[in-house]
Amino acid sequence: MSELIIEAGRTEKQYWRDLWRYRELFAFLAWRDLLVRYKQTVVGVAWSLIRPFITMVVLTVVFGKFAKMPSGGVPYPILVFCGMLPWQFFSTAMSESGNSLVNNSNLISKVYFPRLVVPASSVITSFVDFLISAAIMVGLMIWYQYLPSFNCLFLPLFVLMAFTASFGVGLWVAALMVKYRDFRFIVPFVVQFGLYISPVGFFSSVVPDQWRLLYSINPMVGVIDGFRWAILGGEHQIYWPGFMVSIGGIVAVLVTGIWYFRKTERTFADVI
Amino acid sequence: MNPAISVENLSKRYIIGHQRDARDGLRHALEDAFRNPFKWLLNRKKQITATREEFWALKQVSFTINDGDVVGVIGRNGAGKSTLLKVLSRITEPTEGRVRIKGRVASLLEVGTGFHQELTGRENIFLNGAILGMTKAEIKRKFDEIVAFSEIEKFLDTPVKRYSSGMYVRLAFAVAAHLEPEILIVDEVLAVGDAQFQKKCLGKMKNVATEGRTVLFVSHNMAAVSSLCGTAVWLKDGKLNSMGPTRQIMDKYLTSSSEAEKPVLETSEIPRIGDFGRRIKIEKLEWLTELPIQNGERLRTRIHFQALQDVEDVSVGLGFSTLEGVRLLSYDTDFQDGYRPSLKKGTRWTAEMSISSLPLAPGIYSIDIGSRSGDSFGLDYLPNVCQMEISIGKNTPSSIVRDGAGVRLTSEWKWSSETPESEFQAVS
Repeated sequence: MSELIIEAGRTEKQYWRDLWRYRELFAFLAWRDLLVRYKQTVVGVAWSLIRPFITMVVLTVVFGKFAKMPSGGVPYPILVFCGMLPWQFFSTAMSESGNSLVNNSNLISKVYFPRLVVPASSVITSFVDFLISAAIMVGLMIWYQYLPSFNCLFLPLFVLMAFTASFGVGLWVAALMVKYRDFRFIVPFVVQFGLYISPVGFFSSVVPDQWRLLYSINPMVGVIDGFRWAILGGEHQIYWPGFMVSIGGIVAVLVTGIWYFRKTERTFADVI
Repeated sequence: MNPAISVENLSKRYIIGHQRDARDGLRHALEDAFRNPFKWLLNRKKQITATREEFWALKQVSFTINDGDVVGVIGRNGAGKSTLLKVLSRITEPTEGRVRIKGRVASLLEVGTGFHQELTGRENIFLNGAILGMTKAEIKRKFDEIVAFSEIEKFLDTPVKRYSSGMYVRLAFAVAAHLEPEILIVDEVLAVGDAQFQKKCLGKMKNVATEGRTVLFVSHNMAAVSSLCGTAVWLKDGKLNSMGPTRQIMDKYLTSSSEAEKPVLETSEIPRIGDFGRRIKIEKLEWLTELPIQNGERLRTRIHFQALQDVEDVSVGLGFSTLEGVRLLSYDTDFQDGYRPSLKKGTRWTAEMSISSLPLAPGIYSIDIGSRSGDSFGLDYLPNVCQMEISIGKNTPSSIVRDGAGVRLTSEWKWSSETPESEFQAVS
């Protein structure tokens, strides 16, 4: 029979095994969030299409028509959407998983399970939205009769990158939010600004060369560039030094995110 | 016997005090760090202890529970019962000490944790089951049983937000009742639901107990504890007071007087709701008999009050309620003779009550005091002004303690046999 030892600072050994044991809960929480999300709405799931579509139209008008940013021969809506797909995934995942612990505080204070399950399942929920809005991408490509390049075989890699970045940042925000509710206000702010700071509405090549490396500290720069490269094809080269910086940033965020989350996790029930 | 749970020197510290909120905000954390980084780094630890107050919810608690034991945890509010269960169910970490647990644990600190209002009964069964640690296959297997136990077949596909509170609780308990752990940890969950349902839950718990599983059970319901548990653990102020056979511990617990029960309770400063306390203000409640008050014995109290305005037809009274707030007994000054004096502004009064034999069963009750004018106009009202323990009196029959009946009044009974005397003799 298994023996469990509860001691100050000693949850580590059990933790990863428990995480595996609770894998079904993980799916259940994601399933719950999906079920609940569009209850009592009229158009339901269509919201996951309407929102990105309208944002895309606005960005196309602002950056493509008014600011006349270079499009490199690509239909501007497609260019914008390549950036918006990963950006929307990242931003919803960040805000959803950031709020997830606080929103599930009744669970946290009454039941044991590895807390990592909660923000992780929020990322999954956002990923489902991502897949739904990917349908718009396909629609746009058919409309403009734009053939994707072979690079899109590498797309899953960039999706993984976006996933890792969202999860890492989500962990940080979730853990900080438990103690500092200030993040409730910070997160929407970051999301709002990030849309303009990240190369969502334009190519990252418009950034002057001397600033590009610095610009790539934003992990979404690498991800968005990767998406564009994969979907739009070879002429839109990835800026490799910047890309490596982005990857490094993403890995660092994930590792420190897990570390900080695990460190503060044991006090969640007392603080929340 | 194998120990299923062994607790060694378990302590849990909480940081309390109003200071905490101010110092914990992000602004302060950043401010401190930026203003003087060096000082901040050096003094971080020191500052924390200086501005925060410690509170030990559990202090050096040790005990062992054997495999198959059903143990009740008793103690007053704030004695550390819930903290103990939280530590044992791994919701919060102990500050010191260690616990060893052998076997699969399920803990039930609340009925319906994780229920989602928007989801249907069916969906919630799956969700709640998963949260409590069941696998999908397990839930599927027990699904019909759970539904049958909850008696909500008809509403399975209705969102639970449309359920009555009774249905909600039934469904929630039904899921929890079908957990099959080796060790079950249960907090005050029976306090909810109607009497009939409580009985059903208790029955289910008894089944669990007789199946040889280890159960740790916290309740204010002494009747439930004594009927379920063979052993009891008594926590007092975060420390283990004693542990042993339930009867023995419970007798000690119920007869122990407590510092919380003062012979005179000042009530002037207690905030009132609305206009209560503006015209008549109850200032003190005085217990004239020795505490703890005893079942079946004489009880005398005195209520001190002041008329802040001229008031007509005044009466005052005292009530005993269960901890859930159900009034069991009321004593009013005007009940027998309808005597309701009119009082002049600024005068002080006392009303003294005497009962020859207190009919409430031993247990903990909440005390309400109040005053009104005429039949219904409330002048002052202090619900749950204190909690009082009624302990076992020298004439208390042990049957009362065991079934936890609320009120026992003397009554006259006449026996007569309906069987002819000849047959009666044959039978005996």
